[in-house]
Amino acid sequence: MNSFSYARPSDIGTAVDELATHEGAKFIAGGTNLLDLMKENVEHPNRLVDINRLALSTIEDTEEGGLRLGALATNADTAYHSAVQSRYPLLSQAILAGASAQLRNMATNGGNLFQRTRCYYFYDTQTPCNKREPGSGCGALNGFNRIHAILGTSDQNPETACIATHPSDMCVALAALDAVVRVTGPMGERTIRFADFHRLPGHEPWLDTTIQPGELVTAIDLPAKGFPEYFTYIKLRDRQSYAFALVSVAVGLEIDNNRITDARIALGGVAHKPWRKPEVEARLVGQSISETDFAPIAEALLEGAKGYGHNTFKIELAKRAIVRALQRAAKLEPQV
Amino acid sequence: MQTTLSPETRADLAPSLPQKQAIKLTINGTVHHLELAPWTTLLDALREYLHLTGTKKGCDHGQCGACTVLVDGKRINSCLTLAVMKEDSDITTIEGLAAENGLHPLQTAFVEHDAYQCGYCTPGQICSAVGLMNEGQAKTIDDIRELMSGNLCRCGAYPHIVDAIREVMHIEPKS
Ligand SMILES: Cc1cc2nc3c(=O)[nH]c(=O)nc-3n(C[C@H](O)[C@H](O)[C@H](O)COP(=O)(O)OP(=O)(O)OC[C@H]3O[C@@H](n4cnc5c(N)ncnc54)[C@H](O)[C@@H]3O)c2cc1C
Ligand code: SF4
Ligand code: FES
Ligand code: FES
Repeated sequence: MNSFSYARPSDIGTAVDELATHEGAKFIAGGTNLLDLMKENVEHPNRLVDINRLALSTIEDTEEGGLRLGALATNADTAYHSAVQSRYPLLSQAILAGASAQLRNMATNGGNLFQRTRCYYFYDTQTPCNKREPGSGCGALNGFNRIHAILGTSDQNPETACIATHPSDMCVALAALDAVVRVTGPMGERTIRFADFHRLPGHEPWLDTTIQPGELVTAIDLPAKGFPEYFTYIKLRDRQSYAFALVSVAVGLEIDNNRITDARIALGGVAHKPWRKPEVEARLVGQSISETDFAPIAEALLEGAKGYGHNTFKIELAKRAIVRALQRAAKLEPQV
Repeated sequence: MQTTLSPETRADLAPSLPQKQAIKLTINGTVHHLELAPWTTLLDALREYLHLTGTKKGCDHGQCGACTVLVDGKRINSCLTLAVMKEDSDITTIEGLAAENGLHPLQTAFVEHDAYQCGYCTPGQICSAVGLMNEGQAKTIDDIRELMSGNLCRCGAYPHIVDAIREVMHIEPKS
């Protein structure tokens, strides 16, 4: 790990000032991703601003009937919170499918949004990687890419190619739930729709999110609609627990009288951000759950998918997982 | 050919490091005052500076659970946190689990069930199991297996580990 100086502000204003006045400084929350990457010399901040003393760990109702998750509430406290379990069980299920009990006790909701890809080449400083070192090339494109993306990739220009995935489980559920990220920074406060928070690699694969330098996430707002009745999170991986997703699917449905009245489907492990296609979800509205064939929906969600060799299996895997998840959410088969 | 640098030149070449800082850690009920660089992980502080070597370093990347300790009763990976970040907390390591009159019930159960081979993962497994019980989420054997998945055992002692924990939690063995 590189050397760095350390600050522990006790209020938000000071924390934001710290980043504004120290180039190369970074916030640290749970530390589970940042310290890991610092040990690998992938990240090397010269100053760490410990935000754990900021009063941002509450989980409380919003005026609009939703729930506000503090940026510093841990993943464990969030997943086991009674309001999350009863009103947003999809989120609880997704969080508990990720990492380990120890890591979830440390990981914060804010930090989870910013966790970086698990691409092997991103971690290995001896290899080219456009995300880690802009313009150096992409080791995964023609290398080992079993865990890599099949949708929304950048593969045309060698200097901006990136086929990395976003590794979070929590974010897949947050995408399905249409969460809103609240940030504060040198330019004041703003909110970011979850769909706009993470980005595709495009011409700038080194940027994971649309956050501006120095901005601090203060909370994640969940809208009132939480799909507490019909939901599921399916995570497929190389071992049953404590492994990142190869493919995951978050589904939330509203069903009235056997007919779907609202549908959300978000995919994890397949793209640089949680993958959604609202126009495809809309096709489910009005359909009868017992008569609908979900296969064409899966087909449409995977439209344009492209395999890179080792990860080509993900295309079929994702389709099957989507059908299974829709059946599970609609209670056509048990939740397990 | 050998070049010898004068001490002054060497000092010039060395990058200037941020100062070590005074850090107060409360471990197993004892307050320790240390001078540590901010990049010292809690795991390294325990092992290298306090000589509490019961806590093990397996991977140093959050992937094995050998470094599990309890912070305010919650289990965490001590390799992925900095000592300086834990100044306000009560830390319990494997060395702090036994009471004066004997081992912690989980320690006894691990011995009775022979829940290890080489023993390297054991301190982490036991601290993790204490955390598991504090959390109160595990109701079945499958829950124990899932919620203990953050502790790998290279020797594969899992069946006995689960048995030891199950017994202390009063969960019946599967018929
Ligand atoms: C072995 C292992 C297995 C894992 N498995 C999974 C898994 O299966 N599924 C999964 O989803 N995750 C998994 N994780 C990842 C884990 O969920 C993340 O590391 C964690 O959520 C990051 O949160 P943190 O608070 O520790 O972030 P930190 O490491 O403290 O911070 C991460 C980044 O976010 C920035 N940051 C933190 N908080 C804020 C804020 N409020 N505002 C602005 N910037 C901020 C930091 O500057 C840093 O750049 C795993 C991690 C490990 C080590
Ligand atoms: S996929 Fe992205 S993160 Fe991985 S090597 Fe290529 S550029 Fe780097
Ligand atoms: S040493 Fe901390 S998890 Fe392996
Ligand atoms: S007993 Fe050897 S690693 Fe678990």
